[in-house]
Order: sequence, then structure tokens, then C-alpha cells
Amino acid sequence: MSPQPHPETWISPDTCGLYCAPGGFYIDPHRAVDSAIVTHGHGDHARPGHGAVLATSQTIDIMKVRYGGDAGARLQSLALGEALRINDVTVRLAPAGHILGSAQVVIEYHGQTVVVSGDYKRRADPTCAQFEPVPCDIFVTEATFGLPVFRHEPDDTEISRLLASVAAFPDRAHLIGVYGLGKCQRLIALLRAAGYDAPIWLHGALVTLCELYEQLGVVLGPLKPFADVDRKDLAGQIVMAPPGALRDRWSRRLPDPVTVFASGWMRVRQRARQRGVELPLVLSDHADWDELIQTIDDVKAPEIWVTHGREDALVHYIGSTGRIGRALALVGREDEDE
Amino acid sequence: MRAFAQLLDRLAFTPSRNGKLRLMEIYFRAEPDPQRGWALAILTGGLDLKLQVRKAISELMASRVDAELFRLSREYVGDTAETVALLWPAPAESAEPPSLAQVVAELDGADAAALAVLLERWLNRLDATGRWALLKLVTGGLRVGVSSRLAKTAAANMGGIDVAEVEELWHGLAPPYRDLFAWLEGREAKPDISDRLVFRPLMLAHPLEDGALDNLDPGEFAAEWKWDGIRVQVASKSGETRLFSRAGDDITSAFPDVADGNWGDVVLDGELLVLREGVLAPFNDLQQRLNRKSVSKKMLKDYPAHIRLYDILFAQGDDLRAHSFTKRRDRLEHWFACHGPERADLSELVSFGSFETLAEMWAQTRGKSIEGLMIKRKASTYLAGRPKGHWFKWKRAPLSLDTVLMYAQRGSGKRSSFYSDYTFGAWRENEEGGLELVPVGKAYFGFTDEELVQLDRWVRNNTVDRFGPVRVVKPGLVFEVAFDSVHRSRRHKSGVAMRFPRIHRIRWDKSAEEADRLDGLVSLIET
Repeated sequence: MSPQPHPETWISPDTCGLYCAPGGFYIDPHRAVDSAIVTHGHGDHARPGHGAVLATSQTIDIMKVRYGGDAGARLQSLALGEALRINDVTVRLAPAGHILGSAQVVIEYHGQTVVVSGDYKRRADPTCAQFEPVPCDIFVTEATFGLPVFRHEPDDTEISRLLASVAAFPDRAHLIGVYGLGKCQRLIALLRAAGYDAPIWLHGALVTLCELYEQLGVVLGPLKPFADVDRKDLAGQIVMAPPGALRDRWSRRLPDPVTVFASGWMRVRQRARQRGVELPLVLSDHADWDELIQTIDDVKAPEIWVTHGREDALVHYIGSTGRIGRALALVGREDEDE
Repeated sequence: MRAFAQLLDRLAFTPSRNGKLRLMEIYFRAEPDPQRGWALAILTGGLDLKLQVRKAISELMASRVDAELFRLSREYVGDTAETVALLWPAPAESAEPPSLAQVVAELDGADAAALAVLLERWLNRLDATGRWALLKLVTGGLRVGVSSRLAKTAAANMGGIDVAEVEELWHGLAPPYRDLFAWLEGREAKPDISDRLVFRPLMLAHPLEDGALDNLDPGEFAAEWKWDGIRVQVASKSGETRLFSRAGDDITSAFPDVADGNWGDVVLDGELLVLREGVLAPFNDLQQRLNRKSVSKKMLKDYPAHIRLYDILFAQGDDLRAHSFTKRRDRLEHWFACHGPERADLSELVSFGSFETLAEMWAQTRGKSIEGLMIKRKASTYLAGRPKGHWFKWKRAPLSLDTVLMYAQRGSGKRSSFYSDYTFGAWRENEEGGLELVPVGKAYFGFTDEELVQLDRWVRNNTVDRFGPVRVVKPGLVFEVAFDSVHRSRRHKSGVAMRFPRIHRIRWDKSAEEADRLDGLVSLIET
């Protein structure tokens, strides 16, 4: 029996993204390709205009809402855990816990298993299925928060800080900057779980995706679009908007708003200060440092490829555990949460 | 400690005064004694620790975190204390965080070895925000944008009381201020400090704006020189005398020559100076006597201290502050005629017919240990703080010099990526008869954020050498530097040092050759 080919001979990055040659598909390519497997609906992973797209049904729904007719020529959904044969390659999707519909891609070829995590987190999230570690030979991990200073606080700590602030400033609105897909809906769900049942006001750009989440069975409670509302009525209320709108003229319509930003970056004071945030909440849909190293341990892979983020520290750490760590330069990734 | 850390964290990110007041008031209402009292002491700057813990912390950190991961983290975060706070392992669920009062009590008198043990124990029990607050607290680097007065205002708001009442009591009280909070909550009577020798808040002046004199009637004002020393208050009773700085710090032990005089029962306002055989010495001489716990005989002989009196607040137990300036001045002169301690004299009133004649006198004041003129409304009562429309300070114009940028260093915190600390020099003739630059001072403010970006770019583009964090730039950028005075200094290569230098203007238009010479600076030294 011939030795198994090392996976780097059949899966590697090129100018479009990470390509699996025997399967003839890319994973999260950053430009339009013939065949793509998409891990989740965020813009830097799910691009428009592909020929064939394979993803979870929720991710496909998200892509349809975002790109309409340009979501891809052939959209094929694959349920979590179901195996699909593509040429000599077997592909499965496993939950990633990042946002609704997010999945890791598990690729088997010649007895070797490569898992591409996409973006993930480990803690429970009321809006999506929880991450499942899949033992593998090579684990391709994200490293957005690949520095040991990033350790996200428990969700309920951050939610109670927000609610304490709402109570402390009854005359002011709390304007929360959130990423429109995932963070927005998760934060709403966490507020509801904490017993906050007042209406939450939404910037126009957030409405459609919240509606989609509700259609897909995520209960978000009373939401109100932010339009023609009287300034006075917003005192003591929670308003959500995309991060870019925080310091936009749009926010002048709010009564002396407390600007809040919910992101893993808020762990570092300088990042919060740069944004002029008054209440930084450490709340992220990405794994923090502890979750990254826990996951590397759980998947038992002897070799780890590290994609976008602060690879240096994580590669250094992986090396110190006796595993092989490699930075995988993928073009087209951005700091999410930004 | 947890609630206090949360408060500090919020304060640090809250820009508005009202927001800060609200947060502090909520905290004071919710926290029990003695925690809130220690918090008030810290927020009012009454607990300045500045402990040397750098070594202890780096040793504690080294046993917990890989050096390379620490380096990468420190580089990203930009602040060592914050990096340590974030990197430290999370506390066990069962760990009980220390209370603020406990931290303050156990820090008191701890030596270096004990300090390291305490820090480790506390860091193990606090969350990230708590660890950050603790490290900032012990290193004295707590900057949350709250003035002492603002913290007192928040406490006063609790009881619906004017902050002036709290200020008046303040120096008769001590942390953790149980009696103050009991009064503010209406549980007890106002603390009685009448039997204590305490600092009373000073009345301060506003700078005189251009053209402000046009609207004032000279007949309603008195004028006196503003002497170039430090403002002090003398409080004396039953043979005991105390000297307080303008912030209320007790500086008696550094000035026994003044305090030993026979002052009687009085509270006075004046300027502390060095006076040698009837002649006032420059500010630099007084500087030798400041910030000392005790003073040597030689110091007492070489730099004899003296107080020039401006005002009288109490005499024989009478509170005179509600009287007019004119009436208080009469009492001051009367008191001085009766007591007149050896190391004191009266600051003479400057008589003038019109503000024009006063302006002329003002223009001639340079070189007499005089900082400028004070103009005081004759009818003004002695009000704590900086009330509007009563007292004005008319400072003489600052000195200025065109200098050349020589070295730049990166700032810290918000400016950690910018070259924002500048050393500048003036030209002098070297031994070969050519011109060389010699450093004359350092400044890191006086420019806008946009200018900082331009300066940073200029520094990066014109670097000719580096020494550690310092960049040496080619001579090419002229700073017009403003400063209050200049004096001789052995510590500086140029032999002179500026007092309070700041960048007045960036002279992009001037070439380095056009900058001033060291001789010009030396000629400004006052003798």
C-alpha cells in the first residue's frame, strides 16, 4: 500500500482561496469560482456570483437575502452531519457555533481528514447550534483573537453591565453598534433571556436579517424599526445599529446616546477608546484564546493551519505543544466585528 | 473591589461630566462604608501609592505566561499593567475578591516582599477589570478623568448639598469618611471641625481675557503684585502653626523657619518665597525647598523661606470670609501691626488711577520675581474655588524662543504610536568656530492632534539615527517654544533650563538656520 499523500498535496491556498483539488471546490473563496463550499453567511466568507454553492440551508437562505439572484447559479444545501461524495472526496458539515447556519467543513480523502473551521466559538449561543469538535489530521483554524489577552467575559456578565447602564441613565438612549448578521440577533436573544422584554429599536439596515432569523425559528421578541420616532420616546431605550452608524449623523436623532459596542476587540481599552465607545461590551462570535487552544486540544490534530488573525502567537503556542503549526496566508479576509 | 473597579472602568470611558457624576453618585449610594469612603479618598487623589511593583509583577507574570506570548501581547495592548491584567489566569469560581478597604489596609506598610505576596493573592481573586484597577491603583497610574472636586460634587449630590460645604469640611475629615457619608445620608449632624487646625479652600483668580478691562470700573478694584512663589495658607492656633499648599497638603515640616514664628490665632493667605537679606530670590531657589519631608540646616541658611501675605480668613476665631476684600485688608494690616512674625510681610497694594497706568506698570514687571498682577474686586468676599468676576490674574506675557527639533520619542497610551515628545535645541558656537545645536528643553504639548500627525510623519521621514526609543532627526524643523522663565541648571548640557516649556507654534515656514542662539536664552535669565 502506497503511503498516504500529505494533505498539503491536495488542499492548499491559491489566489482565489483554499482549494481542494480532488474535489474541485474552494472553501470560502474570496472571489467568484465554479464551485464553492461556504462555511457561513458573513461577507468575507460568502461571496456572490459562484457557479455552484454548497452550504447549510440557513447559510443559503442568508445568501439569498443578501445577494438575491446573485447568490450563486446552483445552490445546494447539505444538512449537518450528512455525508456527500464529490469525486473521490467525502464532505460533511459540522456545527461551528459562530452564527446561524455556520458550519465547519470536514473533508476526507485517502484516509486523511482535514477540517476547515470557518469562524467558530465554543460557548452556547441561543441563535445557533453549538460547535462540535471533529477529530482530524489537519485542523484549519481561524485566529481572529489569537492572543492570550483575548478572553471573552461570560455573556451574562456583559448583559448585566448593559442593563445596569440602561437603569443608571434613564434619560439617555443606549445605542449599540453590532455586526448585522449574527451579533445583532444573538445580543437580542441574550437580552430576552435576561428578562428584557421592552421593544428594541433597529436601524433599517438590521431589519431584514432579523426577520429572516425569526422565519428560521429564532425568537427575538418585540422589535421596532427606527423610523419617524419621537426623540423623547427613545429615552431609556435600546437602539441597535451597524457599527458604522454609531458616529454617523444618523445617531444625532437619539437623546444623548450612550454609545455601546459589542465585540471581542473591546477587551483592549485602546480599541474601545479609538472608537469613542462609552460602554464597551466584550461579546464575540469568535473563539477567544482559551477556546482556540481548547479546540486545538479537542480535535487532536497533529498539524494545525492558522488562517486570518493574529497567527504569530497561536503558531508559537502550537509549536510549544509539540504539534506543527503553520500560518496559512489567505487573501481577502478582514477583521470581522470591526 | 469589584464594584469600585467597575466604576473606574466606566468612568474611564465616560466623557461627560454629568455622566461621571451620575456613575459616582450611584456608586456612593449603593456601596457600604468603609468601601465607598476609600473610593472617595482614591478619586480625590488622597491615596497616592506609586509603589514600586514593576519587578514583582514581571516575576509573577514570567511564571505564568510564555515570554514570547507576553511580548506579542504587550506590543498589541500598548500598556504593561493592562497586558498583565488581561493575561492573568481567570480566578477560580469560589475565589472571593478582596474588598477595597482590605486592599488599602494591607498595602499600608507592606515591604517589597510582602507586596509581591499580596499582589499575587489579589490578582488570583479578581476579574480582568479588577486586576486592571488594582495594578493602576498600586502604580499610581489611575487616570479616569475625575478631578478631586468632581468626586466631592458627586458625594455632595447624594445629600443635595452644595459642594462648597463639602470642600470647607474636607481637610478636617479623614478617610474612610464615615462621618461625611452619615451626614450626607441625613443620619447624623454635620461633622464639627471648628476645633481642628485645617486647611480652608482658597479663593482663586481667573486669567484676564483680552479686552476684559474695558468693561470694568477701576475704582471698584484693588491691585497687587502676583509674586513668583507658591500660594500657601498659614493656620495657627494655641501656639501650633500649620502651612498648607494650595491643594491643602500639609507642608509644615519642610518650612520650620516659617512655622516657628509667633502667629497667634489666625488663618492667612500668602505667597511662599525665598528671601535673602531683604531681596527676593528666583523661583528656582524656592524649588530647592519644595517636595521635602524635612530640611537641613544648610538649606535653611542658604534658602531662607518667607511669606508675603495677601489676605486674612480668620482672626481670633472670627470667620472673616464673608467680609469684603477692603475690610479684610484692614484686618490684615491691623493683625500684622500687632503680631508681624519675623518671616512675613504684607504684599503691598499697587495704587493706580486708571487701567492704562496699571498696564504700564505691568509691562515693566519682568525681572522682579513678579509673575504679574492681581486685580481684585474691593467688594468681593472670600469665596472658595474660582468664582467668576471677582479676582483676575494678569500674568506677564510668556517668553519665547525659536528652537530646532533635535530628538523625538514616542508617547504612551493614546499616543503610543506617535512621536510626540520633543527635545529641541538652540545654536551656539563650537570650538572650531562653527555652529552646533545644544538641547535646551523638552516639550510634549502645545499642538493639535492634526499637527501631531504631521509632526510624527516629519520625524519618521527625517530620522538620521536611533538610540533605543529615541530618534535623532536632521535639523530642519523650527518650534517657537513659549516658557515662563529660564534659569541656570547644571544638569543640562546647555547650562540653562526652561520653566514650563510648551510648543507655541510650529514654524514650518522657518529654516533651522533662522532659529535662535543659546546666548539669547541666557540673556533671559533673571538674577
